[in-house]
Amino acid sequence: MNNAMVIGQYVPGNSLVHRLDPRTKITIIFIFVFIVFLANNIGSYTILTIFALSSMLTSRVPLKFVLKGLMPVWFLIIFTFILHLIITKEGTVVFEVFAFQVYSGGLIQGFAISMRFFLLILVTSLLTLTTTPIEITDAIESILQPLKKVRFPVHELALMMSISLRFIPTLLQETEKISKAQASRGVDFRTGKIKDRIQAVVPLLVPLFVSAFKRAEELAMAMEARGYQGGEGRTKLRELKLSKLDVWIYLLFVIVIIGLLITRN
Amino acid sequence: MSNLKLVEFRNVSFRYGDEQPWVLKNCSFEIYEQEWVAIIGHNGSGKSTIAKLMNGLLFPQEGEIYVAGKKVQEETIWDIRKDVGMVFQNPDNQFVGTTVQDDVAFGMENRGFPREEMLARLDDVLQAVRMEDYRLTEPHRLSGGQKQRVAIASVLAVSPKVLILDEATAMLDPRGRKDIMKTVTNLKVNKDVTLLTITHDLQEIVQADRVIVMNEGQVWEESSPRALFSKQDALRAIGLDVPFIASLAKALKQYDIPITKEPLNYEELLEDLWILHSKT
Repeated sequence: MNNAMVIGQYVPGNSLVHRLDPRTKITIIFIFVFIVFLANNIGSYTILTIFALSSMLTSRVPLKFVLKGLMPVWFLIIFTFILHLIITKEGTVVFEVFAFQVYSGGLIQGFAISMRFFLLILVTSLLTLTTTPIEITDAIESILQPLKKVRFPVHELALMMSISLRFIPTLLQETEKISKAQASRGVDFRTGKIKDRIQAVVPLLVPLFVSAFKRAEELAMAMEARGYQGGEGRTKLRELKLSKLDVWIYLLFVIVIIGLLITRN
Repeated sequence: MSNLKLVEFRNVSFRYGDEQPWVLKNCSFEIYEQEWVAIIGHNGSGKSTIAKLMNGLLFPQEGEIYVAGKKVQEETIWDIRKDVGMVFQNPDNQFVGTTVQDDVAFGMENRGFPREEMLARLDDVLQAVRMEDYRLTEPHRLSGGQKQRVAIASVLAVSPKVLILDEATAMLDPRGRKDIMKTVTNLKVNKDVTLLTITHDLQEIVQADRVIVMNEGQVWEESSPRALFSKQDALRAIGLDVPFIASLAKALKQYDIPITKEPLNYEELLEDLWILHSKT
């Protein structure tokens, strides 16, 4: 039961990528998502692919977890590839399948777009694979800090995220308990028509919601009793620190961007 | 035990709404520094309301409450919450942090402690509740008893003057319950805290210095645990379960076996019996 309850896809480790400040990772990945669209020839794609693959290798995350992250989008990648083969009619006819003529332009376009998808998913899933959800929360809080000036509730947002993360396993355990209790009273979750099965979820959700609200109320009281008065004047135990490593990675990334700008046409 | 008054209730009455019945009726009592006071009563006797009134989670309609010389009112609650630490009943619903150390730090973060001090206190309080090996464990991997120990640690971390355990053992299994009682007893010895334990279980008042029995929103009795155990019939009448050992002692007395003092635990009764045996 415990294995299934690991939140997110975090794979523990102590690699270079794991040790990077989560803010560095988020910033770099955010920029990467944009510059992927700048790539438009073999050279520029190669640079980005090398960057993505070498980050993956240094993270030492087992390949099977990386592939699991790619799983839901395989279909999309293949689908867009085929779509481009069919609708792009540029260049010369390379071969013919049934009545369709596949043009060289379509082949290239299909490859390029699928590659984009692949790189995007690879890099973003690398973030969740090497960073705990709570680190991501801290990083978001820190990155959004300037928005406080325009009254954006940064601290509250981060607190909400971390409390949700803390309660996900608790509520899962509770769901399991309630579903067993209801099953013992004769509720059938597994068989029957889809309509019946959807209806069977009602006696599961109602007690779950009731208890979640009760928990929220008690938690709020406990927090108040422990002196919680909002983000003002609060210090933090968890600390984010930029190290030399982060500086080097930023430099490396700037080189990648420059390389990309030079090679693209 | 000193004679300094830490908490004082002066003719306190409270109800949850204008149409509702009174939960507390004209309650007065004091708690002195470094004392261990137990408040006991059946469900609905008003005992948990007392805890919430003490740190300003609720306010009384009549009467006054003083904590460390300050009157509990809107303006003083944040100061008072520094002095009054509270552990609640449900182990899950008071665990704020994603790991043990984050949860213990929560109260300190709220008060703006510098990071170095937090780390030092973390070590200290986790050791006090014997949870130092679980610093990075998530709450769903802890037992109820362990979660309550963390809750005690997080309250201790900000060094309050009074530690209130509001039915802190009610949702635990017997092992967890024993564990918490052991932890609390250790704290009393090592940390010099003033303790207020609220319970409906007479077993848990044995080690207290003084017991306040609540019934129907009123202070029904104030005495030592030993004196209380001799009033078995009256305790039963207000809906409290008398511990087995006390009933046993009473039954023995009915058979004319002279038991010198009201036993609080097995050891005391056993000692009485073997002394008696060697005399006869």
